[in-house]
Amino acid sequence: MIQFEKFSLPNGLRVIVHRDTSTPMAVMDIMYDVGARDENPERTGFAHLFEHLMFGGSVNIPNYDEPLQMAGGENNAYTTNDLTNYYIQLPAENLETAFWLESDRMLSLAFSEKSLEVQRKVVCEEFKEHYLTKPYGDVWHKLRALAYKMHPYRWMTIGKELSHVEKAKLEDVKEFFFKHYRPANAILVVAGNVTTEKVKELAEKWFGEIPPGKKYEHNLPQEPEQTEERKLEINSNVPLDALYKCWHIYPRMDRRYYITDLITDILSGGGSSRLFQALVKEKKLFSAIECYHSGSTDSGLLTIEGKLIKGVAMKDAESAVEEELNKMKNEKVTEQELQKVKNKVESMIAFEDMSLINRANSLAYYELMGDASWINFELDKYASVTPEDILQESRNIFRSTNCSTLYYLSEN
Amino acid sequence: MPERKQPPSIVDAVHFKLQLKPCQHFSLANGAEVYAIDAGAEDVMMMEWVFFAGNWFEEQNLVAASANFLLKNGTSNKNAFQINEHFDYFGSYLNRSCYNETATITLHCLTKHVKELLSSVRELITDSVLPEEELAIYKQNMKQRLKVNLQKSDFVAGRLIDSYLYGEDHPYGKYSSAKEFDSLNRDMLVAFYKKYYQQGKFMIFIAGRLPQDLEALLNDQFGNLPNGSVLIKDMPLRPETEKKFRVVNDPDSVQGSVRMARPFPNRHHPDFLKVQVLNVLFGGFFGSRLMSNIRENKGYTYGIYSFLQNHIHHSAWMISTEAGRDVCEATINEVYHEMERLKKDPVGEEELKLVRNYMIGGILGELDGPFQIIARWKNIILNDLDENYFYNSVNAIKNVTPEELQQLAIKYLQPEAFYELVVT
Repeated sequence: MIQFEKFSLPNGLRVIVHRDTSTPMAVMDIMYDVGARDENPERTGFAHLFEHLMFGGSVNIPNYDEPLQMAGGENNAYTTNDLTNYYIQLPAENLETAFWLESDRMLSLAFSEKSLEVQRKVVCEEFKEHYLTKPYGDVWHKLRALAYKMHPYRWMTIGKELSHVEKAKLEDVKEFFFKHYRPANAILVVAGNVTTEKVKELAEKWFGEIPPGKKYEHNLPQEPEQTEERKLEINSNVPLDALYKCWHIYPRMDRRYYITDLITDILSGGGSSRLFQALVKEKKLFSAIECYHSGSTDSGLLTIEGKLIKGVAMKDAESAVEEELNKMKNEKVTEQELQKVKNKVESMIAFEDMSLINRANSLAYYELMGDASWINFELDKYASVTPEDILQESRNIFRSTNCSTLYYLSEN
Repeated sequence: MPERKQPPSIVDAVHFKLQLKPCQHFSLANGAEVYAIDAGAEDVMMMEWVFFAGNWFEEQNLVAASANFLLKNGTSNKNAFQINEHFDYFGSYLNRSCYNETATITLHCLTKHVKELLSSVRELITDSVLPEEELAIYKQNMKQRLKVNLQKSDFVAGRLIDSYLYGEDHPYGKYSSAKEFDSLNRDMLVAFYKKYYQQGKFMIFIAGRLPQDLEALLNDQFGNLPNGSVLIKDMPLRPETEKKFRVVNDPDSVQGSVRMARPFPNRHHPDFLKVQVLNVLFGGFFGSRLMSNIRENKGYTYGIYSFLQNHIHHSAWMISTEAGRDVCEATINEVYHEMERLKKDPVGEEELKLVRNYMIGGILGELDGPFQIIARWKNIILNDLDENYFYNSVNAIKNVTPEELQQLAIKYLQPEAFYELVVT
């Protein structure tokens, strides 16, 4: 059970305090309700580029990192298709430094031309490092565009193409900031060796005067139900043939999300999971195979991805995958197998919750979804899943008309 | 309206009193040493069996890593699937890893399940059969994985720079090839397993919320294993005499992997701890000289870091980055430029204070949690140090002077001592 207290400032900033006196540290986590899905389709990659610019100085503080390092702190940030998250860990005595830094950059950025110019280059190098230079690096650009036709999940967080990032202008940066980086669209979590009284006092002092801004409504184009099988073939200079199949699943807060999560654990994850055992160990068709899902806020994708053994025909590999999926659709899992994956979830949550940063991050996320207290009901939701649920949802998800398939073929 | 131009007052991290939580230490009936940290907010624990079975001890490349990998792929009573299913059922994670001097088996589990799992770990140590068929699958899959990795310039660069520093036959410098996977056979793995696991020497590191009867539990399962002795041979270094290398791996790549490195002594050398501070200043954190110049000012790269390699016998001081293909040479020049600046002028008090506070704050954060604490102890023990090493390193951070750092820069940051490699 993770304890916390919650209050709001008059400007709409939601504040959550999670006290843990066993640590000398404090964590501040600020989550903004904006991600790559909120971008203009002609200006993709902007939410993430913007995250970089948040470190280029704010209205009263020319350098963000130095004073934090001076206070013995560390920070990082990440952007997803759904949200942007910033977090600091520092000695609890120096908590006010975090309030000072984060409130100033919520008040206003410095909007420096030089910082924009450098960060555009840095992000382009990040784009190259992760998505262009690696074999199979572009696969998610292709897959997203295949599986999504309407919803902005059709592009990646890093952006559709380098040119979008290269074209970003300072006026875009300003507009984006005042639309999304306002108290009304943010959640502040303070965790660690702190008290609610102190956090309240500091929050009012540092964040209280920031204008509330307008609450942003996502109003995103929804993805229509897929009604036909989709296929794409790529021939490229990669060493091995690879198979990717993905299916649309459910939004993060849907009950069926939990069923889907357990389905992926049954298929993949441990050394005794079905795909690994049948296709890598017994039939020796793949050298590696995994099943995972995107975990996104809106309806995401469940994906099976495998590298074929040299010489194995793609058709044979694919039908062996289908065979395993048919088992999911036709035979109920045993209570024992279901218990195994539930036990795995229980221990995974326990290991994750060891870290103060993870706890702060989860609290912010559940609050963004609607209510921070949901953090304590996750296990119950998994526990309530039955073998019938798994069967039913396997039938729903693994339909050919819900599936996009990508053959990534080796030219060598 | 709060004063926003001036930072709030802080407690300088150098004033924090850092303490390494003491570690329980006992020996099993067979003399195997156990180190344990009982702490943590969740009912979870981690156990690690460390064997002296790294690639230092193999007579043919890949034997140590392959024997380690196949430990959980079959015993005389269970096949790989049954072994995995048992650990999976209890929501536990059983991993194994092979390093240079050591090789490990690691178990992460909920404390309430540990009793169900220990006898299965024992089975892996006493009764693995390393089945022929599992070896065949492993060889096939590893060769395929290697093929993919060899297309990545960072992977290729990492292998090459180590081979320049230590020589291709040294445990720290050798690397895998498809041919060497092919030449592995079960007999050599079984012989290695017998000598270095069944009859080998091991110690155990444990952390988390521990069961009350830990010592008895461990003695039951592991106190009657042979726990032999091993001889750590001296391995000659054969560093490359040539210093500068440019390698083309993929003519179409948009980035290059830049590595620069020089040999450096191990943790017992008197300069080691102070050079750690110099390294942080140079390229060890986000505010470092290299990062400020090459990422934040020039935008040549997404990130650039320097570090001292984490080896027991010999170390190396390495600079590593992935940079735009057309700015790799400019990046190397800037690295040398930053070396010159450190040699020419002593670091300013303010910048040094920042590095001190950052490092102490980092240690304070890292000491938070049982897994991190046992990792520090493990490092101390495997490197044949004692807890003074921890306090000496804190002292070095707090007290090293700008002049000492400058002298160390003059002593070690000599361009001619560095290997230079770009893989594009």
